Amino acid sequence: MEKKFSEKPSEKKLEEQDRILEEITQNDYEWGFETKIAIDALEKGLNEHVIRQISKLKGEPEYMLRFRLDAYNRWKAMKEPHWAHFDYAPIDYQDIIYYAAPKSEREKALDNIDPELLETFKKLGIELDESKELPKVAVDAIMDSVSVKTMYSEELSKQGIIFCSISEAIKNHPDLIKKYLGSVVPSGDNFFSALNSAVFSDGSFVYIPKGVRCPMELSSYFRINAKESGQFERTLIIADEGAYVSYMEGCTAPMRDKNQLHAAVVEIVVLKDAEVKYSTVQNWYPGDKDGKGGIYNFVTKRGICKGSRAKLSWTQVETGSAITWKYPSIILKGDNTTGEFYSVAVTNNRQQADTGTKVIHIGKDTKSTIVSKGVSAGASQNSYRGLVKVMPNASGAHNFSRCDSLLMGNRCGAHTWPDIQCQNDNAIIEHEATTSKISEEKLFYCQQRGLSAESAVSLIVNGYAKDVLNQLPMEFAAEAQKLLSISLEGSVG
Amino acid sequence: MLLEIKDLHASINGKQILKGVDLKVDKGEIHAIMGPNGNGKSTLASVIAGKEMFHVDSGEILYKGKNLFDLNVEERACEGIFLGFQYPVEIPGVSIASFMRAALNEQRKYKGLDPIDTFEFMKYMEEKQALVGMTDRLANRSVNEGFSGGEKKKNEIFQMAMLQPTLAILDETDSGLDIDALRIVAGGVNKLASKDNAIVVITHYQRLLDYIVPDFVHVLADGKIVKTGDKELAKELEAKGYDWLKDKGEL
Repeated sequence: MEKKFSEKPSEKKLEEQDRILEEITQNDYEWGFETKIAIDALEKGLNEHVIRQISKLKGEPEYMLRFRLDAYNRWKAMKEPHWAHFDYAPIDYQDIIYYAAPKSEREKALDNIDPELLETFKKLGIELDESKELPKVAVDAIMDSVSVKTMYSEELSKQGIIFCSISEAIKNHPDLIKKYLGSVVPSGDNFFSALNSAVFSDGSFVYIPKGVRCPMELSSYFRINAKESGQFERTLIIADEGAYVSYMEGCTAPMRDKNQLHAAVVEIVVLKDAEVKYSTVQNWYPGDKDGKGGIYNFVTKRGICKGSRAKLSWTQVETGSAITWKYPSIILKGDNTTGEFYSVAVTNNRQQADTGTKVIHIGKDTKSTIVSKGVSAGASQNSYRGLVKVMPNASGAHNFSRCDSLLMGNRCGAHTWPDIQCQNDNAIIEHEATTSKISEEKLFYCQQRGLSAESAVSLIVNGYAKDVLNQLPMEFAAEAQKLLSISLEGSVG
Repeated sequence: MLLEIKDLHASINGKQILKGVDLKVDKGEIHAIMGPNGNGKSTLASVIAGKEMFHVDSGEILYKGKNLFDLNVEERACEGIFLGFQYPVEIPGVSIASFMRAALNEQRKYKGLDPIDTFEFMKYMEEKQALVGMTDRLANRSVNEGFSGGEKKKNEIFQMAMLQPTLAILDETDSGLDIDALRIVAGGVNKLASKDNAIVVITHYQRLLDYIVPDFVHVLADGKIVKTGDKELAKELEAKGYDWLKDKGEL
């Protein structure tokens, strides 16, 4: 038999991995399409006139305009924070459109919604037709600055549940808005919350009355479509005594060369014996593989467990955005309250994420759990930043934190900044952290059983993130698993 | 001939490890490869499985009559080559059951078959678990995470049972096993051996060969197979040590 050594396994393998890498990094971001639809937009830039226009366009009562102007004045006096582990070109706040809305009016009846809009959400996997939806998930669909459609509002209202756009709530439920808007995240809390408070355009509002268990998952789907516009949504969730709700949030945006700003505020109020589960799958456009374009995601999310035995749980799967700046926080004010934070943050190519949580133990016997799983690939930077603070009166407080990083390749970075401040001798605080790599050995083991490199990475990462994925509602879990694999495609090689 | 290795030379980081290995393995045979530490036994196993860090300098391997180097790692696995690892890795968060299901389905896909149905898979898995005495509790734990040495090796043999390879290479499957575990693992291997497959066990000690009786015993020393015999050779080695070969001028 003649000898033939033209192809040596190691070289062949490398070539193949290069090919896979190339193929997949050239894959389009699946959600990157643009909807051609007429929009009403304000001129670029931010000033008092723009804020008055937004308020006027939305037909807001006077109290809201005052809220906005007050926030704007605070914002003007503030400076953009730069303590996060980021490197990005300065944002020109005068080069952003602060209000853009699809021309067609928001309609209750499906027939009156622009078919182009329905088609857009359908393409994103969101079915807005109530007669078709199975299993039942009530969706508030938000395109750019306005809510397009909120489903099942009527059915939910029979139980006293309010699920509508925040614009509607401002008009129809001023008492709740005046009482709670800005009560958890004050306008002047930080630069981005002040900006949001001044210009927020739409978002979701949820109120679950006393003792009511919301019978279906509530969900908001945020879509940025317009060019050069920012999205500034505002969400407010109130669970009255003994109430329960599970809320999910998803988001995507078209692929554009220019960075777009997203600065949202989410406030959650959990009263005595109530429970709120808030799940996010964040998949904003991350930019291309050289770091061009992508969403700048500066988000303030905070909830308060006000009454005793209240429970709040944040679960997030963060795969998108060029920049993610986000620390969903929990204030455990009532006695025996519970807070949970479960997070998977995946960064690939040139993405930068600085995310984590803050938990403030104020009440007695308060309990918190933090599970953070970072995955960095490509030339990305992934940071965990967390604060656990136990106040002097919080005797019996208990925190458990687990903070893991997984690295792929040798060009990415993983960083953790955990901060623990304990002012009570009775508190128990545990912190565990690991850093690991998807090693050649691990990949080889999987491949030797017949799995491709891609499948092996997907399997390993999903296993690593399992503790977090298990927290997601069923409707989201499968989607999130798929997303993790897609986000990391092309990262082996 | 199932596997035919001809004058194989391989190196790692420029250091030559295999210096002309010749070996023939056919279906229905059990081979044992013995030899002192650091003489290339595990390297040979890794080169057959396709591990990237080893560089094939010259020579060839024919598998089912075809050039093995044309296939990547996973293709070799799908073609029926199985490596029982000396140091199996941990995969946190992935149960043995889901790991095996993923592997089995990828191998089925390679063969043009549909993914295995859930019920069928559970039944199949139960059957193979019984073969190596693997409990449900173990099967539902994450792959090798926190496993004892014996559990890890049992898991390797279980995976072999699940994937039904044509050529199984067991790299020091006996290392770190107490006598009971050794019996169970060897018993599993014996049950899996058939006229349709071949098994190559790599070991230091004759001990394993009391349970898995080889048709051929090879001594690999200094990157070459220096002596081949039957099971009596292993006993002789055990009694006289490798120095015996050295004294005879064969090493």
